[in-house]
Amino acid sequence: MQFMFYLLALVALLSAAMVVFSRSPISSVIHLVVCFLAIAGHYILLNAQFLAVVQIIVYTGAIMVLFLFVIMLLNLNTTNEPHKSMLTKVSALIAGGLLFLVLLASFRGANDIVAAHPYDAKIGLVKSLGMVLFREYLLPFEISSVLFISAMVGAVLLGKRDTVKKS
Amino acid sequence: MEPIQTAIRVVPLEHYVILASALFCIGILGVLFRRNTIIILMCIELMLNSVTLLLAAFSAYHSDPAGQVFVFFIMVVAAAEVAVGLAILVMMKRNIDSIDINLLNRLKW
Repeated sequence: MQFMFYLLALVALLSAAMVVFSRSPISSVIHLVVCFLAIAGHYILLNAQFLAVVQIIVYTGAIMVLFLFVIMLLNLNTTNEPHKSMLTKVSALIAGGLLFLVLLASFRGANDIVAAHPYDAKIGLVKSLGMVLFREYLLPFEISSVLFISAMVGAVLLGKRDTVKKS
Repeated sequence: MEPIQTAIRVVPLEHYVILASALFCIGILGVLFRRNTIIILMCIELMLNSVTLLLAAFSAYHSDPAGQVFVFFIMVVAAAEVAVGLAILVMMKRNIDSIDINLLNRLKW
């Protein structure tokens, strides 16, 4: 159990680093898929089965395939991308590392955050999550469908070729 | 097979916090580090995923299903964001024939 956690954490961190540092965009996408699968494994360890399935279907199944399609259709898989200057790269590394240090330091002083609630094994299952989703969070759920409609209209509008000549 | 009450919560919650903040910082590093717009979009996805992992961990450790519902909503917003972001990227490639983020600096100052 603990071993699985550390193994999955290692896989997630290494593949996330490979997303940033790999040269071709296709291998970045593949490493991001591996990272998302590791996060889905974390959800299974947390007994959040619904989230694990949604993570695999939505993220690794839909979103990453969308990325792959865009890369392949636009022929973006070039490895000679212009790089930022060395100064910017070093300062980006320093900024990221400092942010991590600040986060670690701020969590170090936090109180013990494990609450005394009794463990409920059912909260991650589809049935109980559906009950919560359709009772307490019904309005946000419906609003998110409006968000999807507007995102779809926006994507179609942006992706359409301009037919009106610019004057 | 150990019962689920003892199988879960053996990893201290601080380790989840550390893992999520490390993933978040890698995402920020990628946004600052690269010039390729599609990699920057992927790093934003990575940051969103680290936050959802932390929400799910807190929800499981506190036995509160609201956290997992919020993870679901974050996934919804992420899907919409990716669709619009990739449409913008396609338009950018079509108009200036490049996906270099440094070329889009007219709104900078």
